[in-house]
Amino acid sequence: MKSAVVQLPGLNRDRDMIAALTKISGRAPITVWQTETEIPDVDLIVIPGGFSYGDYLRCGAIAARMPVMQAIKEKADRGVKVLGVCNGFQILVEAGMLPGALMRNSSLKFVCKEVKLEVVNAETDFTRAYEKGQVIRCPVAHHDGNYFVDSKLLSSLEDNGQVVFRYAEGTNPNGSLSDIAGVMNRSGNVLGMMPHPENLIEAAHGGSDGRGIFASALDVVAATA
Amino acid sequence: MTVTLKNGVLDPQGKAIEGALGSLGFAGVGHVRQGKVFDIELDGADKAKAEADLKAMCEKLLANTVIENYAISLD
Repeated sequence: MKSAVVQLPGLNRDRDMIAALTKISGRAPITVWQTETEIPDVDLIVIPGGFSYGDYLRCGAIAARMPVMQAIKEKADRGVKVLGVCNGFQILVEAGMLPGALMRNSSLKFVCKEVKLEVVNAETDFTRAYEKGQVIRCPVAHHDGNYFVDSKLLSSLEDNGQVVFRYAEGTNPNGSLSDIAGVMNRSGNVLGMMPHPENLIEAAHGGSDGRGIFASALDVVAATA
Repeated sequence: MTVTLKNGVLDPQGKAIEGALGSLGFAGVGHVRQGKVFDIELDGADKAKAEADLKAMCEKLLANTVIENYAISLD
């Protein structure tokens, strides 16, 4: 399975993401710069975390208007899997590839800690290594992770199984509506999440709960029999 | 252009400012909403075109219409 990592000025989690993808898939991802208008054939495109364009205007707003995003949209429309983590999630939302918006944390503080995530939908290309309702550990590090959608859209997201992860056991770090930590698009090939699974993939990280997301997306685990 | 959060969208920064105004002793302060102002200089004298361009700028970049409203004023 081939993957690509998108690089934009101000992103700083790209190296962690490249390391995680290399370790889990056995091959290094291709890196794609923001001005590129064509993306090589890959099965998974990842937009990592950081502070693209210094979070100017709104987090992810400028990055979402860069040429590479049009190329990613075209790939996603053809079914290629796209994962956005943290700033990557904010960029996907700003690009209109995922519903809703990510607002300033309700505490107004940057949060950097470990939370618990409930796998709400385990029948996705990104979560089939987990079981429905499974609670996993995952680090978060963000200032604007407070997910918002209007109530009508929220119920349609829930009805369609688009809410993939929720903060569990009272660990919601940002005031996110309905404890939402990760959502996917209607067709299920684009996932955005605030927590950083790439930082919990091996013993040296203190656990490997985040590994299943990449293993699922990269087809390292067999599809559910 | 001014961009503000829609009604019904929680504005934690506005809330914090509201609290701070209260603690400075300003009585009678109701709801505070924080927003953004953009001053944009445009070439040309066609007001209708300017307004249409500014509206498109708000829709495409300056406001996130999921959570924000915008208002345009031309001088």
